[in-house]
Amino acid sequence: MEHLPVLQVVIPLVLAPFCFVMARHTWLVALAGSVLSLVCSVLLLIQLLAVGTVDYFVGGWPPPWGIELRIDLLGGFVLLLVSLIAALVVTWAHDTVESEIRDDQINLFWCMFLLCLTGSFGIVVTGDVFNVFVFLEITSLSTYTMIALGRDRRALMASFRYLVMGTVGATFILIAVGLLYMMTGTLNMADLAVRLPAIQDTTTVRAAFAFFTVGVSLKIALFPLHQWLPNAYTYAPSAVTVFLAATSTKVSLYVLLRFFFTVFGADYVFGDLHVDYVLLPLSIVAIFVASIIAVYQEDLKRILAYSSVAQIGYMTLGISLANAQGLTAAIVHMFNHGLIKGGLFLAVGGLCLRIGSTRLSDLRGAGRTMPWTMGAIVIGGCALIGVPLTAGFVSKWYLVIAALEKDMWYVAVAIFTASIIAAAYVWRVIEHLYFQQGYAEASTLRSEVPLYMLLPTWLLIAMLIWLGIDTDLTVGIAERAAQSLVAP
Amino acid sequence: MDNNLIVREVANLFLPIIVLFGLYVQFHGDFGPGGGFQAGVIIAVGVILYALVHGLTKTRQLIPLRVIRVLMAVGLLLYAGTGIATLLLGGEFLNYNVLGSDPLTGQHVGILLIELGVGITVAAVMVMIFYAFAGRGRE
Repeated sequence: MEHLPVLQVVIPLVLAPFCFVMARHTWLVALAGSVLSLVCSVLLLIQLLAVGTVDYFVGGWPPPWGIELRIDLLGGFVLLLVSLIAALVVTWAHDTVESEIRDDQINLFWCMFLLCLTGSFGIVVTGDVFNVFVFLEITSLSTYTMIALGRDRRALMASFRYLVMGTVGATFILIAVGLLYMMTGTLNMADLAVRLPAIQDTTTVRAAFAFFTVGVSLKIALFPLHQWLPNAYTYAPSAVTVFLAATSTKVSLYVLLRFFFTVFGADYVFGDLHVDYVLLPLSIVAIFVASIIAVYQEDLKRILAYSSVAQIGYMTLGISLANAQGLTAAIVHMFNHGLIKGGLFLAVGGLCLRIGSTRLSDLRGAGRTMPWTMGAIVIGGCALIGVPLTAGFVSKWYLVIAALEKDMWYVAVAIFTASIIAAAYVWRVIEHLYFQQGYAEASTLRSEVPLYMLLPTWLLIAMLIWLGIDTDLTVGIAERAAQSLVAP
Repeated sequence: MDNNLIVREVANLFLPIIVLFGLYVQFHGDFGPGGGFQAGVIIAVGVILYALVHGLTKTRQLIPLRVIRVLMAVGLLLYAGTGIATLLLGGEFLNYNVLGSDPLTGQHVGILLIELGVGITVAAVMVMIFYAFAGRGRE
């Protein structure tokens, strides 16, 4: 039990090379890896709910000399999201991976998937800022590879763009870590938090903060640094899109929270530097611009990709409010949006497998041939808008409360208005799927996807409704996590 | 360059020295400058020199792609395996103290295994990258 923090990272790391050398049955290895990770993170979360934080000294060396793994409730929550999505994606992806990826590259694909999982877990569990960079690079490099494996040749270009942007982001984060190390002589997060206040008014620390914020914003795809995201989501293999959309920006957001609140401290970030003056307007612009662009897209994957950029705006909006309610809303929305986009992209992946395209014009009338998949899209879409009794409503509700608490009524108005725009793009999808005639229903081949693909999709969709009614799990954990971030 | 007498002979003369130096850097890593990463690169340089002189085809017969792939995985598994061994022996992940009868030997054994893993993977990856670039457009 006491080794859980390290096992979380080591299990996928050890299984990845097996995928690399095995020619067949690599799907089973990936399945084993993701299910074991899920078990690990559930056990960890149970432990965290009891004790609050878990420490682990790698190699037996105590911090600040050794590398410390440190997980708090926020970390446990993100771990649960990542491993849950990973387990569902792998269960679901057997057929789509075989149809979308070249036979001789399937084992490499699963190897990369497990490495990506390793990196995501590593970012969350570590208490060392340099480790964050290393794991971020593991995640990013494996993601670039997975995107490039898409059948569409444009996937290469999308992957290359993400590679350039992502590398700039990662380099900025590394520069920030270097500057911090120069000023304090330590890389341990807790130790940094102790040493930084004395020297926080120096140009070097401010430069480190600026480099970090811009770098991680690139990874989060915060408007206007989101340019890499739509193409990467659209042209990547379906399974990769699901995993990316549901987890990768969330993990980057975790890094932002960790640095803002644990390393630099809320007083410095929001009190001295007033990052909220930049973050708040950008978030609102992100919500509106990305939602409006989404309305005009002709490809379902692109609609959802732009919608992701908008939803990331909601999360950073919650952070920029800088009070416990805002943070709670951001953390809840991080989790809920992961499930929403996960569920939606799982359904879209099913469409991709059966119809071979995700262009709206090709999907006309598909609502009648694939009722279950389409039902999932409708409910997921409702959650995206924030219809009551879905998970999306809960997070937006908390966001509105947090905004009103700070007397920012215009933020509340913006949230309502943006929800109407979201309704517009979701409605456009529903209209094409249900109310238009098209060749999606003409062919007999275009039938419902197999049960083992529907089950993960509907499990997520059912969770959306459950979490929309019973908020104990999400809001309960998020409130405690937000409290510990604001008042450590 | 197989037909260039001087290049071929000098390369053949240097090859064992390069590999020997690589092994020295590998195993002397815990006493002085060096370690798995540097050693891996040096040994890979030996293979690449051989390929430059004798051609890619001959090199790939000598060290097939399949072997390189397995070695890439073996190095990583050796590293992670050492960590898991320390877990099973009751220590923390990568706590070498439990690997020997006393902490000093434990640390020696541990760092040797870890660096060996790093060396194997780095050498294999270097050769793999060389194969990928040099072999581009042939198959």
